[in-house]
Amino acid sequence: MKNIINIFWKEFKGYFSSPVAYIFIISFLVVTTWLYSRTFFLANQASLRGFFGLLPWVFLFLAPAITMRSWAEEKKLGTIEILMTLPVKEWEIVIGKFLACFVFLVLTLCLTCPLPITVMLLGNPDLGPIWGGYAGAFLLGGAYLAIGLFASSLTENQIVAFIVAIIICFAFLIIGETFVLMNVPQALVPVFSYLGLGSHFQSIGRGVIDSRDLLYYLSVIGFFLYLNQVSVESRKWK
Amino acid sequence: MIAVENISKNFGVTKAVQDISFKVEKGDVLGFLGPNGAGKSTTMRILTCYISADSGTASVAGFNIHENPVEVRRKIGYLPENNPLYMDMGLLEYVKFIAQMRNIPKAAVRSRVEQVIGMCGLESELSKDVGELSKGFRQRLGLAQALVHDPEVLILDEPTIGLDPHQIIEIRNLIKAIGREKTIILSSHILPEVSATCDRVLIINKGKLVGSGTPQELASMSHGGQVIMAGIRGPQQEVLAGLKGIDKLTDIKHLGEADGIHRFELRSDSVEELSEEVFFMVARSGWSLTELYRKSINLEDVFLDLTTREAQ
Ligand SMILES: Nc1ncnc2c1ncn2[C@@H]1O[C@H](COP(=O)(O)OP(=O)(O)OP(=O)(O)O)[C@@H](O)[C@H]1O
Ligand SMILES: [Mg+2]
Repeated sequence: MKNIINIFWKEFKGYFSSPVAYIFIISFLVVTTWLYSRTFFLANQASLRGFFGLLPWVFLFLAPAITMRSWAEEKKLGTIEILMTLPVKEWEIVIGKFLACFVFLVLTLCLTCPLPITVMLLGNPDLGPIWGGYAGAFLLGGAYLAIGLFASSLTENQIVAFIVAIIICFAFLIIGETFVLMNVPQALVPVFSYLGLGSHFQSIGRGVIDSRDLLYYLSVIGFFLYLNQVSVESRKWK
Repeated sequence: MIAVENISKNFGVTKAVQDISFKVEKGDVLGFLGPNGAGKSTTMRILTCYISADSGTASVAGFNIHENPVEVRRKIGYLPENNPLYMDMGLLEYVKFIAQMRNIPKAAVRSRVEQVIGMCGLESELSKDVGELSKGFRQRLGLAQALVHDPEVLILDEPTIGLDPHQIIEIRNLIKAIGREKTIILSSHILPEVSATCDRVLIINKGKLVGSGTPQELASMSHGGQVIMAGIRGPQQEVLAGLKGIDKLTDIKHLGEADGIHRFELRSDSVEELSEEVFFMVARSGWSLTELYRKSINLEDVFLDLTTREAQ
């Protein structure tokens, strides 16, 4: 546990040692607020549905940007050799890194709180979908981050890590969308719609947190963190 | 302290390490010597459990590298090849991070960090980021990082590479001072380095162990023979013919002529004293001898000899 916390702090502080983190946060806030407010006044409805609807697409870029450095940079600098010869288990490092980017994402998302506050001042929104939306966003973000970390462990090039992460996340996001489901064999429809990252996000976003959705996200996160550990450990056998 | 048994490692078709075995006793300083690509770093990476051996096994301070990698790492302080560092961390922050990861109790972290920073002469650089340090100070930081948990075993991959001569001497002295209580393995291509710091040397070439012993033992085992330098005043062709008449000389090299004195390097595989025979041959012929001595063989020769003999 102590090892995980130490890794967590090292990684988390690492985000703020360069201006890049602030650039991510600010562009995320600007883009989402802008896109959302364009529809907000049109819809003339006191709800955040439009905002949460944007998140799966905006996260598609934000999450890989957060994770791309995590392993790729260690590989490039060679510091992975320092890290992996410390008396810690591989999975402790994987978890530490994941928690660091997860907390970073949560922090970024918390900075959007002026939006729900504004909506509450302007109207009388249903609070369930707002809490649900945030909960779903954390889970969806966590899944994206786990995928991004795995992608980062495959290469020493950050840009490659970024693009690979976007491709995998995108694939997982759209396989549950209706236009994909219409084009796959009937037998596979339930599988695809279950695997899609987006469908679970929508159901949590309605304000009811179903244990199946929770289980789904935790499995995706667990699965990719496991792949990440395997990929990091595979250096031993090359 | 360290026992390595028949480890081998292949990277695809490259046989990086082939069936290497050796032991290091507590308190010894062992040097790995070998040309580029010999397998020194690979062997060190196997010992620090960064990569796994394809076959064979090793133990460090009683722990097996396959069964107990975390314990093995705990016992080792490691300076990897090229001294990788987190460039955007502060110097202090970096040493503290390693100290924490090395499970130094919270209360002791501060004093321990100050201690290694003092040992490695980093006090003047405390306010800098790692990326701002000069190469020599980075190297010291790499050492500080390896020493912070006061490990029983130190593995240093080319600890003095790229330093100026002054710094090299300082780092060597540091290693010698540390080496009194610790078991150290270091690697180098530079011969004076290993003869200056190591109790024992392993010469590795193309993944194989081609020689081992103290620097002195290696020097004497190199040719199993002798090299004699002779300066003779006389007609060149006849002197050469005279030397060829001495059976036991296997190689005669004319080094040059100055003021009628010809200098020769004479090699022999036999251990019998040959200087006398050379002396009598010259005396019988009525020439004169201006110099005659047995050349001591240095590690440089051993190294070149052992590593090229293998290649032939
Ligand atoms: N990760 C790797 N993938 C493929 N081949 C490798 C890898 N690491 C080492 N090798 C190969 O293994 C051999 C031994 O390399 P190693 O780094 O151990 O040599 P070395 O003795 O440390 O050399 P140097 O003095 O140049 O540092 C080389 O032929 C090298 O190309
Ligand atoms: Mg090397």
